[in-house]
Formats: sequence, structure tokens, C-alpha cells
Amino acid sequence: MNDGRKQSHATRLTRWLVGGPPLLFLLLLVAVPGAIMVLASFRYPGEFGGLAPLFADAQTLHGVTTETYRFFFSDFIYTEVFLKSFGMALATTLICLVMAYPLAMLIARSPKRNRNLMMLLVILPFTSNFLIGIYAWMIILGPQAALNHAINALLGAFGAAPVQLLFSPFAVLIVMVYVYLPFMVLPLYTNLEKHDPLLLDAAQDLGANAWQRFWRVTFPLSRPGIFAGCALVFIPAIGMFLVPELVGGTGDIMIGNLIKEQFLATRDWPFGSTLAILLTLAVLLVLWIVAKLSARGGRYA
Amino acid sequence: MRRGPWLWTAGLAAYVFLYLPLTIVVAYSFNDSRLNAEWVGFTWHWYRELFQDQDMLNAAGNSLLIATLSSLSATLFGTMAGLAIHRYNFKLLNFLVLAPVAMPEILLGVSLLLFFIQVLNLTLGMLSIVLAHITFSIGFVAVIVRAQLTSIDESLFEAARDLGATPWKTFRYVTLPLILPAVIAGGLMAFTLSIDDFVVTFFTAGVGVQTLPLRIYSMIKIAVTPEVNAVSTLLMLLTLGMIVLASRFAPDVLKGKI
Amino acid sequence: MALLELRNVTRRFGDFAAVDDVSLSIEAGEFFTLLGPSGSGKTTILRMIAGFDFPDAGQILLDGKDLADTPAEKRPIHTVFQSYALFPHLSVADNISFPLRMARRDPAEIRKRLTAALEQVRLSGKADRYPHELSGGQQQRVALARALVNRPRLLLLDESLGALDAKLREEMQVELINLQREVGITFVFVTHAQVEALALSHRIAVMNQGRVEQVDEPARLYGFPRNRFVADFIGHINMMEAQVAAAGHSHLHLAVAGLGEIVTPLQKDVAVGDKGVFAIRPEQVRIGLQADLAELKNHFPGEVHSLLYQGDVSVYRVRLPNGKVVEALLPNAAPGRAELFRMGAVIKVGWRHDAGVFLHE
Repeated sequence: MNDGRKQSHATRLTRWLVGGPPLLFLLLLVAVPGAIMVLASFRYPGEFGGLAPLFADAQTLHGVTTETYRFFFSDFIYTEVFLKSFGMALATTLICLVMAYPLAMLIARSPKRNRNLMMLLVILPFTSNFLIGIYAWMIILGPQAALNHAINALLGAFGAAPVQLLFSPFAVLIVMVYVYLPFMVLPLYTNLEKHDPLLLDAAQDLGANAWQRFWRVTFPLSRPGIFAGCALVFIPAIGMFLVPELVGGTGDIMIGNLIKEQFLATRDWPFGSTLAILLTLAVLLVLWIVAKLSARGGRYA
Repeated sequence: MRRGPWLWTAGLAAYVFLYLPLTIVVAYSFNDSRLNAEWVGFTWHWYRELFQDQDMLNAAGNSLLIATLSSLSATLFGTMAGLAIHRYNFKLLNFLVLAPVAMPEILLGVSLLLFFIQVLNLTLGMLSIVLAHITFSIGFVAVIVRAQLTSIDESLFEAARDLGATPWKTFRYVTLPLILPAVIAGGLMAFTLSIDDFVVTFFTAGVGVQTLPLRIYSMIKIAVTPEVNAVSTLLMLLTLGMIVLASRFAPDVLKGKI
Repeated sequence: MALLELRNVTRRFGDFAAVDDVSLSIEAGEFFTLLGPSGSGKTTILRMIAGFDFPDAGQILLDGKDLADTPAEKRPIHTVFQSYALFPHLSVADNISFPLRMARRDPAEIRKRLTAALEQVRLSGKADRYPHELSGGQQQRVALARALVNRPRLLLLDESLGALDAKLREEMQVELINLQREVGITFVFVTHAQVEALALSHRIAVMNQGRVEQVDEPARLYGFPRNRFVADFIGHINMMEAQVAAAGHSHLHLAVAGLGEIVTPLQKDVAVGDKGVFAIRPEQVRIGLQADLAELKNHFPGEVHSLLYQGDVSVYRVRLPNGKVVEALLPNAAPGRAELFRMGAVIKVGWRHDAGVFLHE
């Protein structure tokens, strides 16, 4: 817009007066730490953990290195953890989608006055601390709980060996789904709520049965909501470390656990940074794919 | 409306899945037994225990202080950011506001850990936690405020100027009153997020400071006592209150526009 | 000196000239209308007068003083917005007194003017209501009162009646005319509804593609459109290709292919041999049985092609010998009778020698 010669100066000033302070804060606490992490991934670890000082003394200069990246690819075990994390996040996302869709549909098709309350009921477990959710499942899946007894009694009847529900990939998956389900419901509901109910009447009028109405009308129209929900679940899920740590077995660790280990236990910060950078790249890749897919399917959005 | 029996079944099953675990935690917090295995009888014992646990009380005090400081700052910065992004199409700011929210939390946690220790040479503690919480809360406030601004008819601002209001008076008498509900809702969200945060706090807390989520974490990791049920129940009540309050001010908080 | 003057004002958005070298002058006390289809630049002009947009070239002068350096809030010009833009968080009284408070009038005066303004728009009982509690017509009146209360030199109205239903719109038109007469403030009204423009305005500027096509009083604009766009945009009109065959001392003789000669009043700037169109309003075209129209200078045989019954009037579409269809408007004076002439009936079509107008290509 042409804001006139005089105003543009004042406008630019207000723009910086209003936007400047938060910008400065976020540059300092988001952009700079991000850059430091990239830098750290190309450094050597210090003698007592952390990073080596850039200049140890006048003689030796600890420069930059790609050692950590080479190390990552030298042992398949790291790549394997990445792949498993992808698999776990993907499984979480798909199960969330299957569970969230009917719920979102139910809410979107409820009378208007009930919708806000129904959504509030979805959001409350998500805002309550997810540690509490994990803890609750530790009780439910625990060896003393009724569920474990019942399953093992059933397995015993068929002559199978008893199983432990807790500390298994199954436990990780169910808790991850529990933690992220509301993230899937939110965008799906936002999308489904906007659908004109007359479309379904029209489809029925034109001879579509309930199943066809879903697959030919509701589902294609909800694609933007599906993509948004999948991104909202997949991205935090792939960085999760708490669930595998608390309810998973030793073989169920994910990228997040590796990163946490490097920063807090091993204190190999350059390698930890490398893992974090690779996770970032993985997330960006997923975001890019989702953006591409929704650009293709989003023409009626 | 079209709500067949299968839709009801699947939808209600999802609600049960969401609420059964929380119900168990609440129920066991009143259970007169050391084990979370079967119902023995009703007791207030674990709550009494809780209020005598000095570490827990300290952690709660820390959490409240951190949440208050960080939500106030995040509300101020977030509102400014929302205004700047909406009014002046501030692309870089928009990116920086959303980046910490869009990425897995652990990335913000470790990058801030690196930054605080390696660059600022800061001893991890209250200050580092507050700074970290402001960082991820700004985005939520900014998004809520911005959504509200978008819903306001642009001609209201023009009308104010047309009728003689300077830019500052336009803000004071028109913009601010109209976005105030969103600002309050954003502040309440920021408070809730701060009280509940575990991941970022975990990396930026250091050894000296405990918050409620950190305390719960070490309790369920090391020794499970029904005290956890009690503190979880109280924390859930607090969050419930905050969210219900926030949804009074900005119903959109519930519509997934955040 | 004119109250408001636009001198060669141009406003571009990229390559597109929304307003293209427009000059206008608006007199004090006038009800002036900018009429045109959407995208014709009328709203851009309004926004530049109000101070929300700025010309790329040219000047806007109020009382002879250039407004370029005066921000919107300093201009003694107020706007009634299309959406009314009533502040939803303020009561009717606070909305109306908003400009007075911004101008730091003293409280006693604010109270006095507020009371008067509320009375003027007949909303005295609604002072404590909020905008969403009012009907569309009441909201409109609040917006008017708010824009007038601080006595601006100029009141701008941006499609202000557009949101009202047809009946209410007519009522508001009458109110607007009376209000303007009462307060004596100059109104600049923007609309795409020609009926509204004709009913309300002292003068109308017809705009098309960023340019002013014609500025005139309503009756002159309707009766003597200067070009095809104006003729077509305002009201209904029949047009047929024609060439000037001869020019008498008071009349033009036009040749129309396949039809013959048409006599129409003499116009300036027309020479023998000029090509263009002959345009005539449906209400000037008369139809009847053979003998009725013989005394008219222009009369031709025709065949009733179709009929649109509209209650008060009927529109007959009649095919002329050259294949061209003209519309004729007949008032339905006899109730209960919709059809004076049957479809396919052979009749006569005619119009007076002082009707119609020749328009250059």
C-alpha cells in the first residue's frame, strides 16, 4: 500500500516499536541458540563434557570437524533408532487419525450449543500435564493391575506364556496415542465443523449411500484437516523421549532418548547437537511433504 | 444431523480412552492403600501427606512463581508480536514466533541449554527456566491475539482515525478493548503451559531448582507413592480452572484455532 | 471556489490504474454521487478524500488547500462506512460521542451535542444500547449521527445503503435527503445502484475503469447520456447502429440499416456521415394498432416477440423489420389485464421526433 510519503516514516517506526522487542527476544532465544547448535555439531567435545573451548591455549586451536556426522553413520545402531522413531511416530499418527476422526465427526455434527463443551472435554486431558497421563497408564498396564492379570489369565488358558504389558513397544504406542490424540481431534474438528450439511443431503438425494457419502464427500473435503492433524501429531511424537523412557523397554528408545543421553549423561554435546540437527532436518522434511500434499489436495479448502 | 450408532460408539469410546486413565489417578488419590492396585477405602491421607512434604511445597512455589513471571512477560511480548504480525505483516517475527511451537520441544530444550551455558555462562536455575518458558509461550499468545485481530472488521480502525483518533488513541480506545479478551485468554494459556511444562524445564532447570512436573517425574521414575496421585489431581484441577476461564474470554481457544 | 477539488488525480496498484487522471469539483452544500460498477475507482477516490489512501499524482484540495500532508484524523471529513464500522464495545451514546471526545470537547458540550444528535436520528431511547442490539436501519442512523456530530465540512458515504433490504433502503433514502437539507453539510455518496443515485443526488459523476465518463444532474444524465457506457449503465435503453444522413436546423436524420430513417433532436459535434448508435428509453417507445401512431415522425411495423409482466408496467419486446428487438414500456392502467397485445401480433412501433439520442462510437 502507498501510505504516503509522510506516513511511511511513522509507520516504519511503529512497526519496530511494536515488533522490535519480541523480535529481539526471539532472535536471542530462538535464532541464536539454533545457530549455536549447528555450530556445536561441528565441534569437539570438551575434556569434562560440553564443548571444547575454541582456543585451549595459545598453541592448540580446536577447529571445526565433521567427525560427529561421520560417527553417526559409522554405526548402524543410530540410523536404526532414527528409523524406529519414524515408525513409532507414524504408527502413533495413523492410530490417532483412526480414533480422532469419528470423535471429531461426532462433535462437528452435534447441536451447536453442545460443541464447545464436547471440545473442552477433548482439550482438558491435553492441557493437563502429560506426565500424569503417562503415570496413569503405568498404573493401568502395570503388572499388578487387573488388565495384566486378565490378559495373562486368557493367555494361560490357551497355554501361552504370560506377557508383560508395561515396558514394551505396545505400551509406548498406546501412551503416545493417548498423549497426542487431542492434537488430531482439534484440526479435524475445525475442518469438519465448516462442512455444509446440505452437501450430504445433496449426495443422498443423488443416490449416495452412507458409506459413499463419507468417502466421496466428507473425507475428501476434510483432507486439509487430516494433513494438519498428522503434522501436529507426528512432529512432537518423533521428538518424544519421556514415553519410551518411562513405559518402554531398553529396545524401545527413540531419537529423543539419544539426544537427552548425550546432553545430560554422556555430556558429548557435539554429538548431541548433531542428533538434534538431524532430527530438525527430519521434521523439516516431513513438514515439506505435508505442505506439498496439502497444496495438491487443498484446492477446495 | 447425521450421527449414526457407529459414530456414537466410536466417539464415546474415544472419550472413555481419554478419561479412564485420569479417572483412575483421581480415584486412587483417595485410596487408603500404598499400592495402586485395588480399591481399599477412602482417605484424605495422601493430600495431608502432600501438604507436609516440604520439597513438594517448594516445587509448587517455584512453579507458580515461574508461571506468573513467564506468563506476564509472554503476554506482553506475545501481544506485541501478534499486533506486529497482523498490522505490519512482519514475516521474520511470524517465523520466530512459530518455530519453537512447531518443532519438537526437546530441540528448544537442548538448544537453550547449550546457549545458556556455553554463551551466557549462566548458572541454570529460575532465570533460565523463566526465559525458556517465555520463549515457547510467546507463540501461543501471539497466535490467539492475531486470530482475534483477524476477526475484527478492518474498517473499525479506519473509522476511529476518520473520526479524529490519532494512531495511539485508536489503539487505546478501539484496538486494545477489542483484543483484551484474547490477551487475557493468551495469558491464561501461557500460565497453564508454564505450570505444565516438563521437557523444556527438564533441560534448563539445572540441579538446584525443582518444579512440580520435575518433582512428579522423579517420583514416578524412582519411587511411586500415592502422593503422586494427589498432586496430579490438584494440578489437573488447576489446569481445568485455567482452561475453562480462558475459554470464557476467547471461545476460539476451544475451536482449535491455536 | 469549490469546497472540494480533485485535480488530475491518479492512483495505481501495480500496472492497474484504479483512478486515472480524475478531476472533479464539488460545491459546498451539494449532494454529490460517484456512481459506477465495482472496480470503477469510486471507492478509491473516496478513500483518498478520507485520507486512507494517497494519490500517486494530482492533488486533492479542500477549500483550496492541498490535503496531502493532512492525516485522516486531522481532516474535517467523516465517513459512513459500508459496514457502518460501529465500535462493538461502545454503546450508541459512546459511539456517537467518540469524535467529540477525540477532539477533546468539554463534557458539557459533548452532552449537549450528543442529545441533539440522538434526537436528530430518532434514537434518544437507545443511547445505552450496543450496536448488535440494533436493527440494520438503526445502526445506519447511529453511523450517520456519529459522522455528523462533530460537524465535518464533508460527509463521505461508502455504499451506505447497500446492506439494507429494499423497503428500508427507500425509507433511508428519504431520511438521507432530509438530513442533508437539515444539516447543510456536503455529502459525497458512493454507490453502484443507479436508482439510488438518481433519487438522492444533486449531481452525479458516472465512473468507469478509473475515469469519469460524465458529470451531470440526474435528469440530464438520464435523458442525455454522453456515451454508450453512461446510456447503458443508467436505466434501460434500446440501441441500434445508425449513421447520420442529414442535419437540419433542429433535427438529425439518421439512417438505420434495414429500417429506414429516424428523426432525432440536433446535437452538437455531430456531422453528416458520423457513425454511432441511436439510443432510446423503453418508456419513450410507443406501440399500438395500425392507426394509432401514424402522427409520429418515427414509426415502423413490428411483431410482438415477448412480454414481461412486472405488475405496475409491462415490457413488450417487439421485433422490427431489420430483425432488431426493441423494448417498449407500457403502464398497466387497467387492473387484472396483463396482455394488451398477443405474442406474434403485428403492430406499429413509434416514438416522437424529440425522443432518443445519437451516440458516437
